[in-house]
Amino acid sequence: MQFGIFSVSDITRDPTTGVTPSEAERIDATVQMALKAEEVGLDVFAIGEHHNPPFFSSSPTTLLAHIAALTKRLIVTTSTTLITTNDPVRIAEEYAMLQHLSKGRMDLMLGRGNTAPVYPWFGQDIRQGLPLALEHYNLLHSLWREDVVDWEGHFRTPLQGFTSVPRPLDDVPPFVWHGSIRTPEIAEQAAFYGDGFFANHIFWPKEHTQRMVEFYRQRFEHYGHGSAKQAIVGLGGQTYIAKNSQDAKREFRPYFDEAPVYGNGPTMEQFTDMTPLTVGSPQEVIDKTLGFRDYVGDYQRQLFLVDHAGLPIGTVLDQIELLGSEVVPVLRREFDALRDPEVPDAPTHASLVKAKYGDAAPRQPRPNANRGDNVTGGSPYQDTETAGAGVVEGD
Amino acid sequence: MEPQSFTLAVVNAGISDPSSTKLLGDRIAQSARDIAERRGHTVRLITVDLRDLLPELSGALASGLLGPRFTAAVEALRSADGVIASTPVYKAGPSGLFSSFFQVLDNDLLIAKPVALAATAGTARHALVVDEQMRSLFAYLRALSVPTSVFASTEDWQDKALASRVDRAAYELVLLMESGFERNVRDSSWRSYQHEYGSAGGTELGIDLESDLMRLATGGSLKPKNSVIEGVGEG
Repeated sequence: MQFGIFSVSDITRDPTTGVTPSEAERIDATVQMALKAEEVGLDVFAIGEHHNPPFFSSSPTTLLAHIAALTKRLIVTTSTTLITTNDPVRIAEEYAMLQHLSKGRMDLMLGRGNTAPVYPWFGQDIRQGLPLALEHYNLLHSLWREDVVDWEGHFRTPLQGFTSVPRPLDDVPPFVWHGSIRTPEIAEQAAFYGDGFFANHIFWPKEHTQRMVEFYRQRFEHYGHGSAKQAIVGLGGQTYIAKNSQDAKREFRPYFDEAPVYGNGPTMEQFTDMTPLTVGSPQEVIDKTLGFRDYVGDYQRQLFLVDHAGLPIGTVLDQIELLGSEVVPVLRREFDALRDPEVPDAPTHASLVKAKYGDAAPRQPRPNANRGDNVTGGSPYQDTETAGAGVVEGD
Repeated sequence: MEPQSFTLAVVNAGISDPSSTKLLGDRIAQSARDIAERRGHTVRLITVDLRDLLPELSGALASGLLGPRFTAAVEALRSADGVIASTPVYKAGPSGLFSSFFQVLDNDLLIAKPVALAATAGTARHALVVDEQMRSLFAYLRALSVPTSVFASTEDWQDKALASRVDRAAYELVLLMESGFERNVRDSSWRSYQHEYGSAGGTELGIDLESDLMRLATGGSLKPKNSVIEGVGEG
């Protein structure tokens, strides 16, 4: 099972000091968080995507490529990549590039984005958010699997004889998680393609998560990717840890009370009762996290939010340290002991290469000489002779 | 006529104790019970005092998270065969507590449910609040409001006409419950209303795997440009 941290990249005033970090400080701090995550033995670092203040993460692949270059083991990913307002062609290109540079130590999570004004900035309309996400992903899926794509859809300019470069590393597409709380169509799409399903349930009662994960699992089995229990599930979580439960509550309360999403709303006690948030000792975090399994079954990835609401970087690094030293080793052991032996791990680049090629050498696409265009004739790659135009869109 | 058992939920937004708003809701409930019993039915009353939800209201408004008391109130409304909704009028409108409560509920909870509307005020000048403001709220929720609105200003409590309006609204409510209108809508026409997954107090769990969006989710394509996409709401 994979454990990691995920950030939304908010730049928030520290309510205890009144200080708001600069963009430069927060970006540096985020890199430190990722390095710390690797240092303390976590597996995954995820960053969100936003295109408006007070967030900085407009360009996740740039940040993640930098982090990948500074680490050895950490898987870098997103939480989430906007499948609506990004052109799927650009997602295909940028994340394939990240995949090459990180040597496969990456995947990505797709989400729709719920900030209405962002959509028109990118020529889109939030009222079409769901069909946009679904159609864009169908295209992205093809771009990573077919060298030459002909495509026509509802929202984007048609493509004729288009090749997304670079081709995925080892010709194995990055693994994709679909993030959703309560949209059955997204769970259905994840299940149809055999992709992962991530429920960031940190603002939601468990019933929502339970229902959607159950639906995704059934549909995963229906589409023949394995049994329901073998479907690939990830969950969000949110923690503030101190050795002693009372210290954790005292230290985190001012941040909770003014947090952008729920501040001045529910009390911290109500919120911890109703959502996955744990403010307490390592043992309390362990107990609550193990409880997630009771309602979603064995799952593959657990990400924790530890850096929002203006928590200063020193505190955040301490939180990651506590996660890595006191919480995750116990969770690994406990989850391993509980897990059904038929439940697989989360796919990694190595496991996907193995699944595709067995012991054979992976395909390494080498382009033909420049013909001045890439729309005439067959494949642009030397190892494919016939016309390989994959027609995605049928009538 | 087949005897039936009804559950009637009285939603009271009155704050004081005793409260004329609660009294008005209770009088309608009592009258409805008497009428239903004369017709051979049994009635169970559930009271939802919104004041009890105040500690959870800020959380519900800020984050949409419903605490245990809200959850119990939602369950009471969901399981009720009829609802009596009674509020004081403040500043020429239903109280903020009353409006907030119904704004937090999901849109599907009260579809086709019979509702009697009642309001109290210090002056008769507020008499149209029920018809002009409360009725539109329940129309949005697609509830079935009874024709008679019950409004009581201070002087109405001395007037026998209030009792006759109470009885009239109660009678209408009983007839609507007796008709099985809500049940029939839910059994035979539920799918023709727009729903959100997990709504109606967590009972709306139908997933239409044949919709345009589901076809798109599974690698299919949308209809040509400018055609209507089924299941995509405005706004």
